[in-house]
Order: sequence, then structure tokens, then C-alpha cells
Amino acid sequence: MNIVVCLKQVPKKDSILRIAADGKWIDERDISYEMSEADSYALEEALRQKEKHGGEVIVISLGPERVRQSIKEALAKGADRAIHLQDAVFDTATDAAGVARALGAALKAEKCDLILTGLQSDDYGFAQVGLILAEQMNLPSATIVMEVQPEGDTVRVKRELESGWFQWVRLPMPALLTIQSGINQLRYATLKGIMAAKKKEIREVKAADLGLTSDDLKASQTIERAYLPEKTKRTEFIEGKPADAAAKLVERLRFDARVI
Amino acid sequence: MSQGILLFIEQRDGVLNKTSLEAMVAAQGIASGTGEKLSAVVLGKSIGSIGAEIASKKLEGVHTVEDDKLAEYTSDGYVAALKQVVEKLDPRFVILSHTYQVRDFAPKLAAALRKTFVTDCVGFRVDGSEVVFTRQIFQGKINTDVRVTGASQVLASFQAGAYRADKAEAGESPAAITSLEVNMTDIKIRTQAEPKFQEAKQAVDLSQAPLIVAVGRGIKNQENIDIVKKLAQALGAEIAASRPICDNEWLPMDRQIGSSGQTVAPKLYLAVGISGAIQHVVGMKNSQTIVAINKDAEAPIFDIADYGIVGDLFEIVPALTAEIAKVKGEG
Repeated sequence: MNIVVCLKQVPKKDSILRIAADGKWIDERDISYEMSEADSYALEEALRQKEKHGGEVIVISLGPERVRQSIKEALAKGADRAIHLQDAVFDTATDAAGVARALGAALKAEKCDLILTGLQSDDYGFAQVGLILAEQMNLPSATIVMEVQPEGDTVRVKRELESGWFQWVRLPMPALLTIQSGINQLRYATLKGIMAAKKKEIREVKAADLGLTSDDLKASQTIERAYLPEKTKRTEFIEGKPADAAAKLVERLRFDARVI
Repeated sequence: MSQGILLFIEQRDGVLNKTSLEAMVAAQGIASGTGEKLSAVVLGKSIGSIGAEIASKKLEGVHTVEDDKLAEYTSDGYVAALKQVVEKLDPRFVILSHTYQVRDFAPKLAAALRKTFVTDCVGFRVDGSEVVFTRQIFQGKINTDVRVTGASQVLASFQAGAYRADKAEAGESPAAITSLEVNMTDIKIRTQAEPKFQEAKQAVDLSQAPLIVAVGRGIKNQENIDIVKKLAQALGAEIAASRPICDNEWLPMDRQIGSSGQTVAPKLYLAVGISGAIQHVVGMKNSQTIVAINKDAEAPIFDIADYGIVGDLFEIVPALTAEIAKVKGEG
């Protein structure tokens, strides 16, 4: 079973985010990056399916040079090869449709049974790229998947619904699944894996190789302004040594808020 | 020229999803700001009562679309039917609520229509004849104002809780309900769904708890949960958690608060080491008093907290437990 995993690299979860000088994005200086959380679960799921059923895991990622680090991590964990969409033209793809178009063009030549993505990225959080890709490739899809069971030429997946409800859904393969965080336990790359990854292929793809221009990838959505959310409440920050802060807080809760 | 606003009304098993009424508040606001006319669409089988419920609201009309292939929700069925509906009615805006169902089909619908889809909005602003949408990035840490350019038709979904359902305006008289025909004969439904189920009976109903102490990723490992349990015990509170804690099985799933867990509004919600990702916040933001303890002063949980302590939870939580024990001893 061949599985493609779409990976996105995003600023690390605990990054302190500041607004850039132009007020349209975050200040990317001093930011370090990692694989978007749900995508790392998608990768892990692909590796586990490969270990059970054989086949190949191919990772694909769009982004600048730094993205190679996440691609290498995926290869070190056990992916077989990678496709890296990288050049200035791809930078114009800043909305979900553009990214999906580029990924779709690059995947045309791949024969795969499953395409996995995270359910949404930790930065933009569009929650769209996977499904747009599925529509372009005319694939059936299931979102927010918590379990994957391939059976013959179909795949049975457990979808998470709202408020603690679930549902099993069967789809014919090839299919696209968006994976929920927590579906499995993530592995660490081993030293052996890291060494093996050095010999694995990372194919660099330019927009021109896919016959795409910046017009094809141009975003319909642009961020006019990025800003910190307005507080809906005025938070009273309580300071002091732990014991003093605790005493002050308890006093507020007893006599001001009157909740304890 | 595309005209009007079409609001997607979600139902499952004949029950209206209340978040559709939240999205209606946004849709009614866009309608009054732009002068566009608002209508709604419901898909399914035997959905007359939902159509009637929606028709009591302030809008121009309700379209019902009924077909055997729409009796159960499927992505294929909904995309095929709604594509025809949108092509027929040609609205300028298609408004949806950002539910798990919408997330499952609407990006495909947008792609099939070749239209752009602004997801998970928390607000909007009418600017001349255009609408600028506000959506959050980095899991609620940053807001962005998003403008759509070069598109005559836009889909937009609104986050659960962004608007209050009880603010949906009622109409003076019931809106007209019309049945819309769609051709589903050639549409192949590729997915087969089994009955939905709950993993385990919800052993605890946290929605009834007056006091909740919730723990998040900041607790670092399972052993450390004990200090939070002790705090909950001292307070006489229920313990709860954000998603990563339950994913790691450090606490059972029925203790999870948020979009995939329980929704609560206790008198006191004390969040320990919880950053306040939007998926968690939607499950607890209506709590009467919110206390947050977190090492990161920029954590979004402080945006909704009444009281905050920035610092090391491993020092603060035991101090708080001791203080509460002391105070209770006095009483």
C-alpha cells in the first residue's frame, strides 16, 4: 500500500509570536519551526500502515529551504522518499486553493492508495488543503480520522464527530483522509533512521516543472491586517511569590468573585 | 452577477444544529450591512419541521432540498446537491457554521464551484460593498482581517460560539418555504457510513459541576497530574483536562473539555497549564469566573481569564492547595 503524506512546517508551538512591522503577518525572525502537529500524526499513521501492509510512504511538502529539516525528520522516522516544492513562485500560494493546486500537480505522477494530511495546520488552520486536493483528484475523503483499517480495496475509518460521538465510514481506495492529533503515539527518529535518511531521495520540484506560474497559484484571500485579539475580559494579574499569589487569589475568589 | 446570501442550515437525524443559528446572526448582519437578501437552505429527507423553524427567522426564504441520497449525511451527497443549489441561486455569499460536518464537505464544495472559502471566522466588517472577514491564526493567538479579491462569490464559515444563537432575529411573518429540485440520479455516494456511537458512556457529566480544575499540556507528564488532583480535592472540584492530556490517557476521555469533549460553564474554572487553544476555549469560555495559571504571559487563555497568575505551576499549584486547605480549616 502506497501512502502519500502532506506535511507542513509551522512555527514551534511554544513560540512567542509578535506582529511583523508591516502588520500583516508575524515577525519570523528568531522563530524556529517544526512539523505541524496533526501532520506528524498523519506521518506516524502512514508509517504504521506501511509496517503492517508493506508499500511505500512518500512525503510531500511546500515551502522554503528550512522545510528540508522537517522532510529529513520524516525520512529519518521511516518515510521512503520525499518531494519538496520549493521556489519563489510557490511563495505566492498563500491560501489553501493555491497550495492544493501545487500539491495536486506534483502528485499527478504518483500512484498511491491513500493520501493523508493533518486535519488542519497549526499556523493558518484553513482545514481545507486536503479536501481541495481530494476534489481536484476526484478522490473520496473522510475528515478528522481517529483510526484507519485498510480492508481489500477499501479503507474503514473512524471519524470523530462533535461532543464525544464517533462514526465508522468505509471508502474505496484511493482515498484522502485528514488525521486528528492523538490518533497514535508518535515515534522518535532513531540514530539508525537518521543515518538511513541520508541516502533517501528528496526530489526538488520547481513551479515551472509542473507548468505552474504565479498566476495559477495566486491567492484569492489576503491578510489585510494581523493583530493580537482584543481581550474580552479584563484580567487581573496576581503577582508575588507563589504563597503570596495563592493567598491573594483565594481572597479574590472568596470575597470578590464569591465562587468558593 | 451573483446576488444575495445563502445560509447553510445543518441538521443531523432531523435535529437542527444550533450553531446554524449562530451563523445566521452573522448572515443577518452581512445582509443588513450589504443590502443583500438572505435565504437559507436545508438538505435532507423529511425536514419540513426544520424548514418551518428556520422560516420563523428574519430572512427572505427557506429552500428545502430533499432526496433519498441526502437522508444520511455524506460528503459526496452534500457536495453534489449544494453545488447545484449554489449554481441555481447564484448567491454572492454562502455562509456556514464551522462544524465538523461543514469541515467534512464545504472545502470540496468550494473546490467543485472553483470558489474561495474563508474558514473559521469569528467576525466580519462590511467595507463599502465588500465584506472583510476576521479569522484567527496560530490557534487563536492572532487575529487577521482577510479580504477576498477577484472573486464574485465567496463561501465563509463562522466558528461555534462566535455569535449567540439567541441573537438571531425573528421575522415579522414566516418566510416562504420552497422546495428545490436537484438531480441526484447520476451521483454516486462513495462512502458508506455506519451508525454513530459514543465511545464510553459519559461517566461524569462535568456540565453540572460548579467548580472545575482543568489541566493542560503544561503539566508535562502523568505523574505531575497528582498535584492538580490535590488542588481539585482541596476545592471540592471536578478535575478536567484539555485534549492532549486525554490523548495521552493521563486522564480519561470523559474528562475532556472542548469542541471534541464536553462544554461547561461552572462558577469557577481554574485552568492549570492550559494555553487556551480555541478548541478548548469553546468548551469553557462561558464559565462565570476563569482563573488561569500559565508560564507564558502571552497564552490566549489570559484573554478570557478573570484572574491570572503568570509563573511556574509546579510552585503555584501546591501553594494554592495549601492556601485553600488553610482557609477551609478556618471555616
